[in-house]
Amino acid sequence: MQYKSQAVAKPYFIAAIGLFIGQIVFGLVMGLQYVIGDFLFPMLPFNVARMVHTNLLIVWLLFGFMGAAYYMVPEESETELYSPKLALALFWIFLVAGAATVLGYLFVPYATLAEMTGNDLLATMGREFLEQPLPTKLGIVVVALAFLFNISMTMLKGRKTAISMVLLLGLWGLAIFFLFSFYNPHNLVKDKYYWWWVVHLWVEGVWELILGALLAFVLIKVTGVDREVIEKWLYVIITLTLVTGIIGTGHHYYWIGAPEYWQWWGSIFSALEPIPFFAMTVFAFNMVNRRRREHPNKAAVLWALGTGVMAFLGAGVWGFLHTLAPVNYYTHGSQITAAHGHMAFYGAYVMVVLTLISYAMPILRGRAANSNKAQVVEMWSFWLMTIAMVFITLFLTAAGILQVWLQRVSDTPMGFMATQDQVALFYWMREWAGVAFFIGLILYVISFFIKGESKAIA
Amino acid sequence: MLATSFHTPKPSSRTSPHLAGDLAIWIFILAELGAFAVFFGAYAFTRAKHVADFNTAQLALNRDAGALNTLLLLTASAFVVRAVQGAQMGSGIRDARWMLGAIACGMAFLIVKGGEYSAAFDAGISLSSSIFHMFYLSLTFFHFMHVILGLVILAVLWNGLRLGRYGVNNMNRLESGAAYWHMVDMVWLILFPLIYVIH
Repeated sequence: MQYKSQAVAKPYFIAAIGLFIGQIVFGLVMGLQYVIGDFLFPMLPFNVARMVHTNLLIVWLLFGFMGAAYYMVPEESETELYSPKLALALFWIFLVAGAATVLGYLFVPYATLAEMTGNDLLATMGREFLEQPLPTKLGIVVVALAFLFNISMTMLKGRKTAISMVLLLGLWGLAIFFLFSFYNPHNLVKDKYYWWWVVHLWVEGVWELILGALLAFVLIKVTGVDREVIEKWLYVIITLTLVTGIIGTGHHYYWIGAPEYWQWWGSIFSALEPIPFFAMTVFAFNMVNRRRREHPNKAAVLWALGTGVMAFLGAGVWGFLHTLAPVNYYTHGSQITAAHGHMAFYGAYVMVVLTLISYAMPILRGRAANSNKAQVVEMWSFWLMTIAMVFITLFLTAAGILQVWLQRVSDTPMGFMATQDQVALFYWMREWAGVAFFIGLILYVISFFIKGESKAIA
Repeated sequence: MLATSFHTPKPSSRTSPHLAGDLAIWIFILAELGAFAVFFGAYAFTRAKHVADFNTAQLALNRDAGALNTLLLLTASAFVVRAVQGAQMGSGIRDARWMLGAIACGMAFLIVKGGEYSAAFDAGISLSSSIFHMFYLSLTFFHFMHVILGLVILAVLWNGLRLGRYGVNNMNRLESGAAYWHMVDMVWLILFPLIYVIH
């Protein structure tokens, strides 16, 4: 670790992994509820489990991004963090607020929670992924602003690199686009616009900038390739991301009541969204092939390459699968969407955060890389989680194709629930793949506790 | 002829095969061409389904304005070539004026196209008025935005030329920017016949 203040990243990473475990547990519960409808009912209804599953994902990724920024920015800026104390205080505020929110979801009926938290003053609740009560939303804004202040001040007093600028742009975008979640117009069409301007412009816009910056940082560190080469790739990737991603928002406008030309604009530009992801794959492999040193942390290199491949498959290929308006007319909101959502989030954002944790955590614990034994276990966890996610995606895709056929294409279309019964076999297989994923995650956690001779600081 | 008046770069100045500009800009250009190709493909397939409607609407376009704009972009590209060759020969500062000429042609393109847009909007044409007009406005406006971006790049290059930043050993940025401009020009060379002429 080059700068003492980078150490504040550690609690963020630990919290991220802790919440990740929670997310997967709730995922497994929901997976079972797909096939055993009254499992844990009425203690934990499906809609609540789903809310916890998705909200935990977002919160732990945010912890991961913040931890990554606290680790990266001092090193990139070649100066200590502006205020490590503020970073630690924010950590506890965010953790307590996040925990309180999840407990609220679990133990208070949602409508009561809305009443208790001032939703009648400013109605922001009840929208998918943005279910957080008003105080939590305000808390997110305060934490994000204070975090950005800390990071921006650090950068202002130090060296400004392309990587840290792209990261900062992504993080500012993340905070700014979240503000749309405070506007919840009665008009449903308008409501959907604002909702997508948070959801889409996050995951298919500014988060991709964060992804690109994190990947570029780790690649510089583990390959020793010239910064100029890596930065050039980063520029190309983020330009392609923004051009395709921003207009690509149109692929959410097909059926919400927006003008018809969006079917063209949305189809054409979102069909190009895989290009920046493909560039990222080529980028990762190209840099590793041109490496000038053998970094002792093989696991981190594996995660970086895995991010390149899985982000392209999950976000790129599986996104393209149902992005064209004539296809989406049939597949909209089916299990195809769920298949895409799972692999895209895992391949792009989960894996890039794990890449950074894998690279930074040993250094934060005083060594260049973990012992060989620990790395072998970590690589096993990589393969288990990744292959399990491939199977989750394939089973959901199969379920989706069958669902679309039975429910929307066939001459004698079936009702929603009758169709669900027909695809139950795939849901069972998905659940078992989910169990394999969970075992992979446990192995990942275990790898942190495996001792053995570790590599000295490089 | 125009071509013969251009300087011919010394063949000895480069021995191995050379890619003009940076590899990164070429990847970017390929992505841009991909986007336009998808758009052109969609146009062609849709046109095949609505030939009569497309023909009627196409005949109402101002082909003279389109032809003038083609000439302007071609001239701009020729000027960019002269500026690049000037820098290559070591007279970049003097030949910066060619770049300025290219910028003027690009601006004139925007003015002509702006006039067409204004006439179209006065006639009540919008993205929702017909499938042809959706394509016409989308494709030309997407290209219009590229001309604007191209002009920003040319302005940066002009400034660099004036300050003598480019020379035989420092052509990367100049060639990269020039390649981007030529892409903008080339796309128009497909767009113009496709939308204005062929019916």
